Amino acid sequence: MIEVALSHRFAGFALEVAFTAPGGVTALFGHSGSGKTTVVNAVAGLLRPDRGRVVVGGRVLADTDAGVFLPTHRRRVGYVFQDARLFPHLTVRQNLTYGRFFAPKGGEDFDRVVDLLGVGALLSRRPGGLSGGEKQRVAIGRALLSNPALLLMDEPLAALDEPRKAEILPFLETLRDVTRVPILYVSHSLAEVARLATTVVLLRGGQVAQSGPVAEVLADPASAAVVGPREAGAVLSVTVSGTPGEDGLTRLDSPGGPLWLSGITAMPGQALRLRIPASEVILSRAAPQGLSALNILAGRVGAIEAEGADAMVRIDLGGVDPGQGGGQAILARITRRSVAALGLEPGAEVHAIVKSVALAGHI
Amino acid sequence: MFDWLTPEARAAVLLSLKVSVWATVVSLPFAIAIAHGIARRAGWVWQAVNGIVHLPLILPPVVTGYLLLLTFGRKGWIGQWLDQWFGIVFAFKWTGAVIAAAVMSFPLMVRAIRLAIEAVDPKLEAAAGTLGANRLWVFGTVTLPLIVPGIIAGAILAFAKAMGEFGATITFVSNIPNQTQTLPSAIYAFLQVPGGDVAAARLVAISVVVALTALVASELVARRVARLIAGN
Repeated sequence: MIEVALSHRFAGFALEVAFTAPGGVTALFGHSGSGKTTVVNAVAGLLRPDRGRVVVGGRVLADTDAGVFLPTHRRRVGYVFQDARLFPHLTVRQNLTYGRFFAPKGGEDFDRVVDLLGVGALLSRRPGGLSGGEKQRVAIGRALLSNPALLLMDEPLAALDEPRKAEILPFLETLRDVTRVPILYVSHSLAEVARLATTVVLLRGGQVAQSGPVAEVLADPASAAVVGPREAGAVLSVTVSGTPGEDGLTRLDSPGGPLWLSGITAMPGQALRLRIPASEVILSRAAPQGLSALNILAGRVGAIEAEGADAMVRIDLGGVDPGQGGGQAILARITRRSVAALGLEPGAEVHAIVKSVALAGHI
Repeated sequence: MFDWLTPEARAAVLLSLKVSVWATVVSLPFAIAIAHGIARRAGWVWQAVNGIVHLPLILPPVVTGYLLLLTFGRKGWIGQWLDQWFGIVFAFKWTGAVIAAAVMSFPLMVRAIRLAIEAVDPKLEAAAGTLGANRLWVFGTVTLPLIVPGIIAGAILAFAKAMGEFGATITFVSNIPNQTQTLPSAIYAFLQVPGGDVAAARLVAISVVVALTALVASELVARRVARLIAGN
């Protein structure tokens, strides 16, 4: 459990942020200048906020009202920076074990972390000769091995190209699943957030716009304003319900009906996370006939948020009974004219035609 | 060794080596501490320290030597106290030459080390902090290893400067053969007597060799360390 409340004033910028997060990965999402890094630096003790309170797992790291401000080295926060910041004069092994010397006994096993991050072959080398992806993996291992009470990751993938990102993301996913250390993950990529986060905190202009479970927040039409209409889209949990057919498609069950996707390697019964961009969804009042689209989900309009000529519509999946969908919903971005033409209003039954779906990750 | 030198000249060379080594070794920790303060801390205090440290570079050496005499001489405000309580006397002793050499070479040493510290990315130090290292450990395990080339360069520069120090030394500890006569003082003394030029020339040659050796050595060591750090 992480509890953060901060208030800080820079020249021309005021930060006023408060949120709590359970374990797992909490994503701080926002565009540049929204105050994400400031929050993380305050949690790490690298920045002293004007006022604030930071509690991690019941331990008070800072409470300006009570005059508590632990120095960075006593906070036990493992920090993975955007630029890996490995010590150039130490070998990979020495970098990895640097924090061990200061940390209380226990925590992750060295060999296990080395295995998990696949850095075994690099141990005797120095950071100077490593690739960007390798450096970042070592940096993650170094933070993890300092036996932290909280891991901070400030856009750890932002400096990497797409192939390197694809190389690291699975490690982060595994990390989330095998370690009990909560992770505060700063990102401005919705794809990363959708893939990794359990909780998301949307920041805009130094304030929390929304926060909560990732599926809930991203399916809220109001979140689209922070995320941006192009990127907005819900995250949907589905279950694999078969093996790929002859045509390469696998059936995935969702509360709104089955979805068919290619390239699924997960075993039947496994849970997957899908990302459905709002702009890839078309709505229809009647059950569509004679369409080439395979993926059609049934649900009811939950909320509509109009902005300019566009409207964001939340569709609560699960047909007639509102509780049936387990609270899962998707977002559709349509025009206001269509909202009027279709007579859409909360409670109206709709069919959502999903043009494209991206596999966001495993759960 | 040095059979081709008169006993007096030989004593001067050995004394200069001794004085320079001591001056370098003794001032090194202070130089590192002060360079770190100037490089990493803001505020007028460190600005003032920076100014004071650099004074010997711009003051006439005779003035520096005279100020040392006023401070550390038998009647000086520190010297008097040291003499009474500990029986330590610097004036007209080889230890005084160490002080003079250390003070005169100090700005060069601080400057080289300060430049090295400023080249260390403070982000690395912050990273070490997040891993649990307090300030002292951060300095010892991150900053210090990364500035080793700068320290070596600064130390050798200071050593060479100490070998050549003349004005402050002769003012503070005089030019007593076999006691406080350093290599430059000996050259000066030989040049004052008729027929002393040959002896002086020999000492000049030694000076040149020592200075060049120091320069080459510092370059080689610094390069080697830099290669080691870069990891190639």
